[in-house]
Amino acid sequence: MNSVDLSINIGGLKLKNPVLLASGTVGYGNEIAEFTDLNKLGGIVTKSLSLKPRKGNPPQRIVETPSGMLNAIGLANVGVEAFINEKIPFLRKLDTTLICNIAASSIEEYVECVHILTGEDTIKAFEINVSCPNVKDGGLEFGNDLSAVGRITEKVRSVTKKPIIIKLSPNVSRISDFARVVKENGGNAVSAINTLVGTSFDIYTRKPKIKNITGGLSGPAIRPVALAKILEIKRNSDIPIIGIGGIMNWKDAVEMMIVGASAFQIGTVNFINPNAGVEILNGLISFCEQNKIKNISEITGSYQI
Amino acid sequence: MYIEKAFVESVEKIGDKIFLMKVFSPAIAYIAKPGQFCNIKVSENDFPLLRRPFSVCDVDGDYVFFMFDIHGEGTKILSSKKNGDTVELLGPLGIGFVYDDDYETAVIVAGGLGTAPFPFLIKNLPEDKNVICLVGGRSKKNIVTHGLKNIAIATDDGSDGFKGTVIDLLKEEIEGISKKKLRIFACGPNAMLKALQKYSIENNYDCQISVECAMACGFGICQGCPVDSASGDSYLLVCKDGPVFNVNAVKL
Repeated sequence: MNSVDLSINIGGLKLKNPVLLASGTVGYGNEIAEFTDLNKLGGIVTKSLSLKPRKGNPPQRIVETPSGMLNAIGLANVGVEAFINEKIPFLRKLDTTLICNIAASSIEEYVECVHILTGEDTIKAFEINVSCPNVKDGGLEFGNDLSAVGRITEKVRSVTKKPIIIKLSPNVSRISDFARVVKENGGNAVSAINTLVGTSFDIYTRKPKIKNITGGLSGPAIRPVALAKILEIKRNSDIPIIGIGGIMNWKDAVEMMIVGASAFQIGTVNFINPNAGVEILNGLISFCEQNKIKNISEITGSYQI
Repeated sequence: MYIEKAFVESVEKIGDKIFLMKVFSPAIAYIAKPGQFCNIKVSENDFPLLRRPFSVCDVDGDYVFFMFDIHGEGTKILSSKKNGDTVELLGPLGIGFVYDDDYETAVIVAGGLGTAPFPFLIKNLPEDKNVICLVGGRSKKNIVTHGLKNIAIATDDGSDGFKGTVIDLLKEEIEGISKKKLRIFACGPNAMLKALQKYSIENNYDCQISVECAMACGFGICQGCPVDSASGDSYLLVCKDGPVFNVNAVKL
């Protein structure tokens, strides 16, 4: 039995600990389960789902960059129907919280996806992706439009009682304005940050290294940006924050909680160490024990400025 | 599949900027199959950030071999590993060659470092199979023959063996082998595989190709390594659905 209470409550969403695996870095759980015990984690966030299956972008989709990587997967996913029929049966058996990430090309599509999925008991919350930088329709078009984010939150709210998390883009001038709009329209939490738009070119062929030209930058390279954005939200809004951005180890996770995250998602590190979530959790427990922290939520927003 | 921290036994230079690394990795050595790969973390820090995929070149007891050339920062670090250093292997990954069913002659077609998976395949071929190895490269210094047997060489500049591509060489050599009884196993640059695919499909040859692609995770979660399915309706993943595909299954 842990001497530390690891459980947290994010706007009504209860997690047994703050470690979540980020959307797009865990598929639908089955592959990574070969390497790690998902039951130990606070939760997993599915690959973005759209109403219909999406083939995704042509290769090359990824490239390594200094302390990070660019990806332009293009929301390749099986679609809502195949998710329910083929993926939920595996996910249902897990003793971890399932958050379903939704991506769409229109407000109506977001609403319809959530409407269909909200009846699935296994799904405990929805994370609405309004910030994918890699698709032509939807994605960032919504993510940097304050009124669109407000409308999506409001409309999705009207079809589900489950917690709604809006995943925010860092590619905006004031992210805290978006967090406030989410709160005003009935959202329960925000997750921040999605990837930063970036690109990389081959100097000999002068061609972009990824086919989509631009991609989303992730990994430790973006961690300072994520920390600054989370701190900005924390200081300007009281909406709970799920921190995301370049966490590689438990120290990075503690730092993210200090600047305001109630829970956090790990992403790119899963590609390198699929057992990172469990290792980070163990590190967090030791940190709390050594520092006489009884309840892990004490760390959230405990910055001294 | 395992994540195994492995001691490096040796890194041997076997050609121009080409190296063979031998690592002590009993768990992976025990279950690896020809054509599979490992995703290797070359450093203990975050530089370089991602793992690098390498074909299992050979297995000998508790040791696994990987062949690589110096391509970038990751392989530069690998090339400087010494006895007693460590690397972290994730593997074995992917679907390898199908090699123990009904055919008589294994025709191995490799371009450059594309010979990497074949020492292990050749070692595992049933005794009743004939093997011929056709190895191509731009020039003599790009030819790698480690672990191969019954070798014919093709170079673009004619500096060694047949002058021309390895596919041109294949077209000559294949004459003498009964079509129904051969199986082509190929690995190499995409342009070579494309030419081979066209030729194999036109002639209805039984052919398996090992495809290379940049990837992050190596086991299907990042979706970073798509290859078009033959119909073009969907993508397959090189890491999980391959890296070895039947020549009819993908559109290169």
